[in-house]
Amino acid sequence: MTMQTEVFEGKLTTRSRMRKFGALLTGPGILWLTVFLLLPTLFLVVLAFAQRGSYGSINWDFSLENLKRLVGFSSFGWSADNLLILWRSLKIAVFTTILCVAFGLPMAFWIANHGKTMRTFLFMLIMVPSCTNLVIRTSAWMTLLGPDMFPAEIARFFGIIAEGESLYPGSFAVYIGMVSSMLPFAVLPLYTGVERLDWGVVEASRDLYAGPIRTFYHGILSQMMPGIIASVILTLVPSLGMYVISDLLGGGKYMLIGNLIQQQFGAAMDWPFGATLGVVLIISSVISLIIFQKVGGKNFV
Amino acid sequence: MSKHKLPLITPIVAIIGFILLYLPMLVVVEQSFNASKHGQTWGGFTLNWYTGLADNAMVQTTTANMLILAVISTLVATVLGTLLAIGIHRTPWGKKTQYFFDMSINVPVVTPDILMAIALVSVFALFRSWTSLFDPGMLTMIIAHVTLEISFVVLVVQSRLVSIGRDQIEAARDLYASTAGAWFRVILPQLSTAIISGALLAFTLSLDDFILSFFTSGPESQTLPLYIYGSLKRGISPQVHALSTIIFSFTLFIMLISVLKGLRKEKKLAKK
Repeated sequence: MTMQTEVFEGKLTTRSRMRKFGALLTGPGILWLTVFLLLPTLFLVVLAFAQRGSYGSINWDFSLENLKRLVGFSSFGWSADNLLILWRSLKIAVFTTILCVAFGLPMAFWIANHGKTMRTFLFMLIMVPSCTNLVIRTSAWMTLLGPDMFPAEIARFFGIIAEGESLYPGSFAVYIGMVSSMLPFAVLPLYTGVERLDWGVVEASRDLYAGPIRTFYHGILSQMMPGIIASVILTLVPSLGMYVISDLLGGGKYMLIGNLIQQQFGAAMDWPFGATLGVVLIISSVISLIIFQKVGGKNFV
Repeated sequence: MSKHKLPLITPIVAIIGFILLYLPMLVVVEQSFNASKHGQTWGGFTLNWYTGLADNAMVQTTTANMLILAVISTLVATVLGTLLAIGIHRTPWGKKTQYFFDMSINVPVVTPDILMAIALVSVFALFRSWTSLFDPGMLTMIIAHVTLEISFVVLVVQSRLVSIGRDQIEAARDLYASTAGAWFRVILPQLSTAIISGALLAFTLSLDDFILSFFTSGPESQTLPLYIYGSLKRGISPQVHALSTIIFSFTLFIMLISVLKGLRKEKKLAKK
């Protein structure tokens, strides 16, 4: 095979020489992701088929025992507990995502509709609260939704809650906390989507006498689709694994898959079963990625 | 300076969204000046929590740990991520390799924190049978945070590289710049803002993280969020609110300055 010279970046060189240097640049990062992400994830999948030994050690007898336990079979017969936890996690994640996109879309449009500097400012304003740790912000909601604060009083005035009751703990508090902490990641890709929007299409649709709904649907939404899907994935997948917020704001009534995993790696010392639960999350991530690529998305931000 | 007519509902919902983001911050700020300790009620104005920070050794060490973790992991992730983005962008990779790169960048983004945490904890336990380097502590936490941050840096830097395009470097080469010279003097200065925003995003992710730290920390490497979570049942010390308020106002202040600068520039351009 003869070396074929080509021009890259205005320089006469060969493809293989470019690739060698490219490997040098990408090497460290790829090595890091391989050792600390790919390898651990694969190890987790293997671990899922092992058993818990005595005193929390790992017994490398491969079986499907953990999978049976996951769907509810144990020595005491069948129970729906684990499946219920999975279902509840999925439900909370889906509702959180819907709410985040519903708030995120208008936010993205509103921010992008300002002058250049103001736009950057408002966009950064989205990220600033995240500099204060999730635990601190969630505990602030715990105070805010307490019985003597104004949100509870407003709700009482409208008869949403009874006298002496408060908004926290409960599902309302959980959703407020979830949306408040996931919202920045929903807005991020939506904003990029709005910035790339071709408004010519919108004008064309208006010129052709389309009503506001049809203009929005065909002119805007279709262009925004990759951004919306990215936003859904960026909210849905982290929400699935989140358990700190529901723990603090749900008053211990919201056992989610995250709690269950944490238990296995903590008090229960049953890493293999914890790994099996982790595999459920891996599957959800893989499905998300496939969907993302099907709709033609390339990068998330 | 609005460009398009948006329906009235848009700004209303958008502002409600901002309120959702900022209400907890308001509570934090309010509590930092509130004399009543577990204050659902206003007990008068005080600066005691701020002055008390100087004496609270636990808050000091855990804050220091949090900042060390955030700074080091951000630096490592920014260097690795920037090199990775440049390497992917400028090299004529084959279709399959390109796909592999796209995947390796997107996978960490869609990995829930807790999954990353338990995978790392398991593999650290495995590594520990060969070396004590992976005992739970600062190093394991840094590794976890870098793994979380890398791909976000790559995504930010990459999107800027795409918008810079290839024409400029060819123009620089036509004007007799060396490849290295063109990269360092033409592309990197333009890329610097993207690298900085990538680093800021990484830094924010690190400060906001709880789950990764919770799983990978050791007895000597408690960070502020872990300490707070542990003491939550007794109620957060208002000193933590004072500290959070300081960090929060500092970020806001820096942003306001950069915005004022930008506005002045815009005005100048408009005059011309």
